[in-house]
Amino acid sequence: MTDIDIVIIGGGPAGLAAAVAAREAGCDRLLLFERDEVLGGILPQCIHTGFGLHVFQEELTGPEYAQRFIDRVHALEIPVQCGTTVLDVTRDRVVTAVSPMCGLRQFRAKAIVLAMGCRERTRGALMIPGWRPAGVYTAGLAQRWVNREGWMPGRRVVILGSGDIGLIMARRMMFEGAKVLACVELMPYSSGLTRNVVQCLDDYDIPLMLSHTVTDIHGRERVEGVTVAQVDAQRMPVPGTEQRFDCDTLLLSVGLIPENELSKAAGVELAEATAGPVVDESLQTSVSGIFACGNVLHVHDLVDEVTRESAQAGRAAAAFARSAAGLPPPALRVRDGAGVRGVVPQAICAERVAEDVSLMFRPTAVFKDATAAVKIDRVEVARQRFRILTPGEMVKLTLPKGLFARFKGACELTVEVTE
Amino acid sequence: MSAQTITCIGCPMGCRLRVLIAGGQVASVDGAGCGRGAVYARQECVCPTRMVTSLVRVQGRHAPLSVKTARPVPKEKIFACLQSIRAARVTPPVRIGDVIVADVCGTGVDVVATMACTEGDS
Repeated sequence: MTDIDIVIIGGGPAGLAAAVAAREAGCDRLLLFERDEVLGGILPQCIHTGFGLHVFQEELTGPEYAQRFIDRVHALEIPVQCGTTVLDVTRDRVVTAVSPMCGLRQFRAKAIVLAMGCRERTRGALMIPGWRPAGVYTAGLAQRWVNREGWMPGRRVVILGSGDIGLIMARRMMFEGAKVLACVELMPYSSGLTRNVVQCLDDYDIPLMLSHTVTDIHGRERVEGVTVAQVDAQRMPVPGTEQRFDCDTLLLSVGLIPENELSKAAGVELAEATAGPVVDESLQTSVSGIFACGNVLHVHDLVDEVTRESAQAGRAAAAFARSAAGLPPPALRVRDGAGVRGVVPQAICAERVAEDVSLMFRPTAVFKDATAAVKIDRVEVARQRFRILTPGEMVKLTLPKGLFARFKGACELTVEVTE
Repeated sequence: MSAQTITCIGCPMGCRLRVLIAGGQVASVDGAGCGRGAVYARQECVCPTRMVTSLVRVQGRHAPLSVKTARPVPKEKIFACLQSIRAARVTPPVRIGDVIVADVCGTGVDVVATMACTEGDS
């Protein structure tokens, strides 16, 4: 067993930013574990642009964004172990990791940063009938094959789900010579950015079929086609609206799930709305000294936001490792009000707020000319107007840290959205 | 005089903009919910441009190298640019920002590497 100050689990944008921030906050002994052979997480396969507008004030591709942080990690001489899988994390912060190079090892950490990211929802979660032919892949898997490994998964493609990865892959598959027949979306609106709908679908006349879903997959050894039907207001297929598309590939872009197996092993409490850990304003989970950030905490839209959040987790972990002092439990509970789902953080300790507090959440539906309001014990403390809010774009309201001095002993903070 | 309907990408509102074009210039923009719509329509209907990102083959390797146009290129040249990028081959080492295809399709824009590869990698 090796004693160490901070262990960071995951070498994607969250883990990299947390590591850099922890080192810059003065942490000497930290160690980052990454399961893949290279750092960067999902970024090396996101070869399109649109990353870094907030953090670097320029528009970078995923590999370029990742490299800026990888260079920083190397410049700060932060120890990194790739090809290493963390098998277990305990409540008293013992981390068990295994790799072909070093075998099985254990580390006792003063603080841990969970930065494992998220996984894609798969066909199994959708329960589409049909055989189990080759050719049904998640969009992110196809993206990895095409962009990193140089394999094309198919030639005639239907995409189910209009999340950003699905939209980006529609264009990418077409750029590589495939025919993309349609992008099928269950909801009456796209969950992707308008910009991606326009620049990935409209630009190339790929139809976006809203309020439609795939009801059958044809083919035994290989996908030969899919049946698409319209759905009603209850999202049930409407008989008589079925149409068949002959295709060899179905890509799924139907949601992301934070990957919290290790968090559960450590006894970290998870929130139902986000499927990630319950955290306080310092991004500490329900287990003292274990912090969470990035897509393992809640699924983000923008990597810039992951970077900001994770740097905060890194600083908080460094402070915890330094003082090792038990912190008072956060007393101010954060609640999802009307029209709001999954506010992070879920609790705030008004007595010790160290930085401005960002409240992040998604609206439950599309709201036009909406107002988001924050109340502490029924006193309104912030209000912001929005022309439109959609579940596809996370909302952030930032409260100045000074505000909380007025609310020591308060019990409940509520965020709500009204039209 | 011609008319065109486009979707504004300024925000999630996605306003449908009805744009009248006369003499190669935008004469009027209808349907924009805010000032960004007219600005976007002026660019998009007169000279639409896009960043193009794709992959090039690396000599002797399976894994491709990612590239981008250093600046946006005219939209009608996207597929011509993709073809020149596909025809290119690179030999390691390559650094981020290295020019892979100079002045792609006469656009005056270079295609540059967005990923590094060293001789030791495989």
